[in-house]
Amino acid sequence: MNEILYALSGVTKAYGRRTVLAVDDLTIRRGETLAVVGPSGAGKSTLLRLLNFLEPAATGTISFGGQTIVGGDDAPLAVLRRITTVFQRPVLLKRTVAANVAYGLGLRGQRNTQAVVAKILDAVGLSHLAGEKARSLSGGEAQRVALARALVLHPDVLLLDEPTANLDPANVALIEQAVAQMCREQGTTVVFVTHNLFQARRMGDRVALMLDGRLVEVGDTDAFFEHPVDPRTAAFVRGEMVY
Amino acid sequence: MSLDAALLEIVLLSLRVSGFALLLSVLLGIPAGLLLGLRRFPGRRLAVAAVYTGMAFPPVVIGLFVYLLLSRNGPLGGLALPFIPSLFTPQAMILAQTILAFPLVAGFTMAAVGGVDPALRVQVRALGASHWQATWAVLEEARGGVVAAVAAGFGGIISEVGAVMIVGGNIEHRTRVLTTAIVLETGKGNFDLAIALSLVLLGLAFSANFLIVYLQGRSFDP
Repeated sequence: MNEILYALSGVTKAYGRRTVLAVDDLTIRRGETLAVVGPSGAGKSTLLRLLNFLEPAATGTISFGGQTIVGGDDAPLAVLRRITTVFQRPVLLKRTVAANVAYGLGLRGQRNTQAVVAKILDAVGLSHLAGEKARSLSGGEAQRVALARALVLHPDVLLLDEPTANLDPANVALIEQAVAQMCREQGTTVVFVTHNLFQARRMGDRVALMLDGRLVEVGDTDAFFEHPVDPRTAAFVRGEMVY
Repeated sequence: MSLDAALLEIVLLSLRVSGFALLLSVLLGIPAGLLLGLRRFPGRRLAVAAVYTGMAFPPVVIGLFVYLLLSRNGPLGGLALPFIPSLFTPQAMILAQTILAFPLVAGFTMAAVGGVDPALRVQVRALGASHWQATWAVLEEARGGVVAAVAAGFGGIISEVGAVMIVGGNIEHRTRVLTTAIVLETGKGNFDLAIALSLVLLGLAFSANFLIVYLQGRSFDP
């Protein structure tokens, strides 16, 4: 778990004239779970998109497994296929639930995936909906399909963008459980964005606070919550407005 | 030649000309629609305006344009190359109808793929889709609109008369199709035959569109 998987150095991202992300230095170790917290508009989702190499950084470098990768259209497919993201708003294809889950496997040329799809649907409690049209599902069910679609790929890196926002406690527990099990069994590296500090504490090996596109503090979970170094982290943990 | 045989000949030629023209316009129009709907590049707005203009082009003007292009003194006709069709042949009619259907197919495809949630492309990329796979996913999501594009293209050419009349010349046994035959028979006062031909044309148009919609359902319904 000490092997460095990601190393970000001087990474910035701007949309138009507005710089939305400026990370001087961040390393993510293989197999760890990093929780990213911070207010809306802090650049958390942008960070995930860069970690998935869906967009290029404006400046700086992102190294993945020791190799510098430029994100966006030129990102190598082999790297892209080791990482996946579950977005806050699940975008499901106009297919059945099972076909949605099998989609990523199909992209990789895998056929006869019924058994693995059935197994993962069982893990997220959706076996009974396998044949249903994905777009007829409730928000919680759709999010679980999105998670199953990601988990079935056995990615090296799982990026989660507020995957349990707006979900009921039962769905939250189910999703947390499925992610934790995957980390335990497969050593998956997880970076997840959340507004829920309790969730960050429950799931994170380390926690990072972002404000205005910058990393304020990154630390081991207990230290982050019990002995924060930066006064803004201390205020944020106490639930005070720091933005 | 009996009336039935003559009618069959006209129907088959109509289907051959419009079928080939539709095939060509789909092969060219769907990629063009994808490009215009999904990519941003210099000159895109001009291209979009050109496609919209093309969608409203009168067939008779297209016919005149192709006629001038292929006539012996025209820029292509003078070349006498084997792949350039001669006037008053089914190939010239196919060329004219392809030009007519292309903007319809491209324009409707562009609108259909442009209406797909942009987050879908990002999502499938995040699941490991290559650029082609991501584009295919968008096309599949927009399939209803793309089918409408093909149907619009077919409807636009099977029922047009101006272009095929000018470049085909309505020559019996060579370039006479349903629409030009209807014009001829109406001019001769043979209204019964003209009405019968019209009904055949309507039936063909309905059958083709029904087939397209049916195939769409078979291919994509989960």
